[in-house]
Amino acid sequence: MITIEVNDKKLEAKQGETVLSALKRAGISVPTLCYLDGMTPTGACRMCVVEIDGFADLIPSCAFPVSDGMKIQTDSPRVLNARKTIVELLLANHPDDCLYCPRNMNCELQNLSEIAGVTDRKFLAKKSEHSLDFSSPSIIRDPEKCILCGRCVRVCEEVQGVSAIDFIGRGSRAIVATAFNEGINVSNCIFCGQCINVCPTGALTEKSDIKNVLNAINDPKKTVVCQIAPSVSVTVGEEFGIKLGEDVAGVMTSALKQIGFDRVFETSFSADLTIMEEAAELVSRIVNKGTLPMFTSCSPGWVKFIEQYYPQLLGNVSSCKSPQQMLGSLIKNYFTKSEGIDPKDIYSVSIMPCTAKKFEAGRGEMGLDGVDDIDAVLTTRELVKLIKMKGLDLKSINPMLPDDPFGDRSSAGKIFGVTGGVMEAAIRTAYNMITGEDLKNLVIKEVRGLEGIKEATVKIGDLEVNVAVAHGLGNARKVMESIISGEKNYHFVEIMTCPNGCIGGGGQPIGLDLDAVRARMQALYRIDEKEAIRTSHDNPSIKRIYDEFLGKPNSEISHKLLHTHYHKREDILV
Amino acid sequence: MSMTAIEQVIEKYPEARREYLIPLLQDIQSLEGYLSKESVVKVGQHLKLPASKIYGVATFYNQFRFNAPGKYHIQVCRGTACHVKGSSSLLDTVTRELKIKPGQTTRDGLFSLEVVACLGACGLAPLVCINGEFHASVDNKKIKKILKGLTTEGKKNE
Amino acid sequence: MNKNDILKCCDECWHESEKPCNDYIDCLNSEPKCHTKEECAEFLKTNFAKLRYDVIDKPVVFIGTGTCGLGAGAGKTKSEVQNFFDKKGMEVQIVDVGCIGICALEPIMDIQVPGKARLSFKQVTSDVVEEIFSDFFNDKINNKHIFGQHRNEKLEAYSDVPFLDEHPFFAHQTRRVLENCGIINPTSIEEYFARGGFKALSEALRRHTPTELCDTVEKSGLQGRGGGGFSTGRKWKFTSNAAEKQRYLVCNADEGDPGAFMDRAVIEGDPYKLLEGMAITAYAIGASKAYIYIRAEYPLAIKHLNIAIARATECGLLGTNILDTGFNLDIVIKMGAGAFVCGEETALLNSIEGKRGMPKPRPPYPAVSGLFGKPTVINNVETLANIPNIIGNGVDWFRSIGTEKSKGTKVFALSGNITFTGLVEVAMGTKVRDVVYDIGGGIPNGLKYKAVQIGGPSGGCIPEHLLDTEIDYDSLKKVGAMMGSGGLVVMDERTCMVDVASFFMDFIQRESCGKCIPCREGTKQMLEILHRITSAPKNGQSTEELERYQSVINLNSLANVIKDTSLCGLGKTAPNPVLSTLKFFKEEYEAHIFKRKCPAKVCQGLLTFTINPDACTGCTLCIRACPSDAIIGTLKHPHHIIHEKCIGCGSCVDVCRFNAINVE
Repeated sequence: MITIEVNDKKLEAKQGETVLSALKRAGISVPTLCYLDGMTPTGACRMCVVEIDGFADLIPSCAFPVSDGMKIQTDSPRVLNARKTIVELLLANHPDDCLYCPRNMNCELQNLSEIAGVTDRKFLAKKSEHSLDFSSPSIIRDPEKCILCGRCVRVCEEVQGVSAIDFIGRGSRAIVATAFNEGINVSNCIFCGQCINVCPTGALTEKSDIKNVLNAINDPKKTVVCQIAPSVSVTVGEEFGIKLGEDVAGVMTSALKQIGFDRVFETSFSADLTIMEEAAELVSRIVNKGTLPMFTSCSPGWVKFIEQYYPQLLGNVSSCKSPQQMLGSLIKNYFTKSEGIDPKDIYSVSIMPCTAKKFEAGRGEMGLDGVDDIDAVLTTRELVKLIKMKGLDLKSINPMLPDDPFGDRSSAGKIFGVTGGVMEAAIRTAYNMITGEDLKNLVIKEVRGLEGIKEATVKIGDLEVNVAVAHGLGNARKVMESIISGEKNYHFVEIMTCPNGCIGGGGQPIGLDLDAVRARMQALYRIDEKEAIRTSHDNPSIKRIYDEFLGKPNSEISHKLLHTHYHKREDILV
Repeated sequence: MSMTAIEQVIEKYPEARREYLIPLLQDIQSLEGYLSKESVVKVGQHLKLPASKIYGVATFYNQFRFNAPGKYHIQVCRGTACHVKGSSSLLDTVTRELKIKPGQTTRDGLFSLEVVACLGACGLAPLVCINGEFHASVDNKKIKKILKGLTTEGKKNE
Repeated sequence: MNKNDILKCCDECWHESEKPCNDYIDCLNSEPKCHTKEECAEFLKTNFAKLRYDVIDKPVVFIGTGTCGLGAGAGKTKSEVQNFFDKKGMEVQIVDVGCIGICALEPIMDIQVPGKARLSFKQVTSDVVEEIFSDFFNDKINNKHIFGQHRNEKLEAYSDVPFLDEHPFFAHQTRRVLENCGIINPTSIEEYFARGGFKALSEALRRHTPTELCDTVEKSGLQGRGGGGFSTGRKWKFTSNAAEKQRYLVCNADEGDPGAFMDRAVIEGDPYKLLEGMAITAYAIGASKAYIYIRAEYPLAIKHLNIAIARATECGLLGTNILDTGFNLDIVIKMGAGAFVCGEETALLNSIEGKRGMPKPRPPYPAVSGLFGKPTVINNVETLANIPNIIGNGVDWFRSIGTEKSKGTKVFALSGNITFTGLVEVAMGTKVRDVVYDIGGGIPNGLKYKAVQIGGPSGGCIPEHLLDTEIDYDSLKKVGAMMGSGGLVVMDERTCMVDVASFFMDFIQRESCGKCIPCREGTKQMLEILHRITSAPKNGQSTEELERYQSVINLNSLANVIKDTSLCGLGKTAPNPVLSTLKFFKEEYEAHIFKRKCPAKVCQGLLTFTINPDACTGCTLCIRACPSDAIIGTLKHPHHIIHEKCIGCGSCVDVCRFNAINVE
């Protein structure tokens, strides 16, 4: 420990840490913009400048190491004036349409402007003009709102290993864009939306489906149904002042009913279904010496990733559709029949922590005879907006249960929302399928937690099954390389596109709040802990649908409705 | 340029090291006149770099172009010495005469225009470089004459 | 195969890259060390005399074929020279030399006949070659084109021709770095040997430890000639003290300052000096690989470097086991791709690594974590070219000239409104006035001096009353300029200083890498403020005026924040040209802001063009020339300019043959 002096007070600091980290620990607030926890500081935005004795210029605290006896001023008039000027400069080149911006009231630039006390437009140069990129089904890019902090570029490169976007051009003409500044739809973007989560302004947003959904709700001819992904119910509360990690499934269901959805279903139900199909596929691959390791296919960003970068491994990807698509398909092809609704008159919405799900829903593979499995996908953020638009207060609604026939779920289907969850659920059922018995201890500790790559060996009967779990595509790439090089031999690999799994999805509330993510994870595991039905095969609704409709896992009809195949992508600039 | 020509350039840099990115792009541009999408993708595959990174690098530097240059590539120097001796008006004249902006190529493919920061021959200011050949102490009259001459020459040879 | 036949005395001792010999350079400069043979010693001696052109057996014509020379037509001159001798059936040796520095008088051609001094002619375009030679071979010196004679005690001087070193352009210079430029064939390693080349390297490798060399350079007081002015020796020590063993040397030849071409001329004219300096530096800091980062805009310099590296490698002075000392050095050329910011050290390193040339926050400093994360010394061309002389002639010799704090010489590129544009090297402490008037010959066309811009986009202007400022790092900083890399652009009374400030701001905002906000957005706004001052009033709306005043008020404080918070040197110094002109040419700004006039008649938006009806003959030339159809009139009647349509391009003035157009 060394001692530094901040604003004339002595402070302890760790050798080697940055000034910013020492200040943060001491609770001294310094505004930041380009800074991202856990990533290389770039020193680009200069918001966090402080005055340090002995230096002629102001120093960016995020990129400067502390040294013993260092004297720092964090709020001298010179520092405050510099910060204010920087915000003014940013605002001078920023559209003035806050009221219409998706990030209104949730914008770091707005915030900084308030903190700095900006009151008028000081600089008058013409603003840069760029066109909006709404080419993709998931993400809208508005370079005019971009302040070039580079967070999205770093997340895309350092976390996801994709680099769909980079700084293009130079100086005041620089923008963040795809290769050749083409539409993001023809880029190697995998639509995970992590860039949106870190964007301080409205430069990156999801393509909203709220309007389409409301139109459908307002259309008397349409039966509007929705499904809610496992991680959404442990997240939404945060946005309504409910404490982190509270499961609000019940009130959310009734809110959706009040919004006007005719039926509310659980994606966790189809997660259970996915497990039945996927576990059966795994068992069959192991027994019949098929292509191994098998990879999960429920994360659409990951699916596009492997299509782009490892097409030679596409045979390893499970043929199962994702839970969203499975349920979508069942709604269109089973539910309609049992309810006597014309599939054209049903409007199927899914509510997901994910922007890539919007892309997945639009894939050509995801439908039957010209009828799409899913009609619209809303992110968690859009759901929050929708609830707020209706003026509903989650704290004062009576909870409700989701609707039949897709309302029941096991807790195995619920833990899909966290990294390792699919693996754990799949092992529980595969164990049962092979041995006819349930695991004594259903919790598989090795695949839990937020470690980037997790491995385990599970003994199922005589079999030793090697599994790996990775989240964040940067980690996925490492796993793929280790498989290709022959260094690793797995049977089954779970990949989640987003860091920490769906609870950290690109459709979740803005920001990279690790505390919130941890709380969501704990909430999911708490649910698993206390519930009676903890394995997918014990879900009564699952049993019923196999009895009534599908026959058995991997049957002909389930292959028609619940499975698909993916293909190498040649149409994009990787 | 054909793909095999690009491959031949790439063969000169067998190791997939990022250090070779800029030299590779320079070699391709000197062969092809500009950087095509195909060549960027090819380079990316060789160096295992995403196309966005390559495009990002290429657009950072003044040297790289993404459309074919004209038969006569005109570089107007805008260094300090040239500025003091009237290169701003010279550039205006060229843009007016050719009806193109810097970075563009005339419709007939005869001329392309580029502004360069400094050609480093300040003693000869104002300086215009056409297809690598320096024209020293160029004024508005002289540049008009040069352009006229090139237009006739270029059309004749077609 | 013998790579160096021209210097081979006999088979007994021979040196090439495969069998390097420790004594090689000593041998060449005196006599063979491994055997005693009179004729060998004699051979070496005459050989060097031949290589210095003290002894020649037929006429030798030297032509300055640096970029400047070629731009002025030296290529055509050269073929005309060959033609002349072919026609006469005379034998001649034509030698390409680099630039002697006086660009204004290019092409420069020297002629030397056996026994007589080397004569230098100026402005030798191809059409005058025949005239000059005809005169010369009829024992007549062409008065119009004679420039002077080179001084050489060993040769007979011409009685009626002045010596070059007495010409004011050279008389006030101290040529150390430039000593060989324009004199020797830059691609010939033998000629470089004959002028003492590689003696310093040989000395350094055999008689000094790296630490000693670092000490020597630190003691010499040599400061980075790229503009920073940091002690070169201390910089070396940071790296040589680093724990990491893999280290790099990078030569910064990305001469991006508009108006600077010193490095180009040094590399084109004397590339081996740079290589020798690099080899000594690499040895001193413990690097076995070095990069030269050079602008792609310098094709000739790159060509010469390539030849020089190949020759030096063949001669065992680069590559493995140099001079049998166990020291290895590979030098790789990296071409820049056009980005001014890459002159900044961390941006340059990013660029070598194949990335966008964006600067990185420091620490870590390149000396500790530089290229590929390894300790790296980055020195500018001129800095490195000073090294052989410092090691060869000693610290005292180097310190013998200069000011108390800045030692040695500095090379400047003199351009703009000055009689002798070119490349000059002066002792530190020389007054700016001496450079402009004594060396540069003052302002041509009887116009008045206004300012000299020094230090490029990071520097400032020196007005008339500060002309006696002595050139060194500190005194220039004191007057708001900076040494920079050495561009000196002279401006006469026709230059508008607001326009100059605006020019630099435009340059900087285009060249800003865009990473940090103050530089990216701030320079753009500063440029906008300057544009508002220099551009035409749009129908005189009152809000516009208010905005213009408001902007000007913000100019200073914005400039200070940019200086205070920018990430790299480019941003930190970006406001300098504006601040400096604001300080010294306030009235000129005021004329633009309040009177809406450009006193120097440069800012197009503020000019009014009118036709004097008494002078106009109605020839319609201007009507046809006007790009915006702003001139009306009929044949043989005075024309008239419609001000609303006029864009101020001045095309009418260019074409008018009767001086009928007034500009105010």
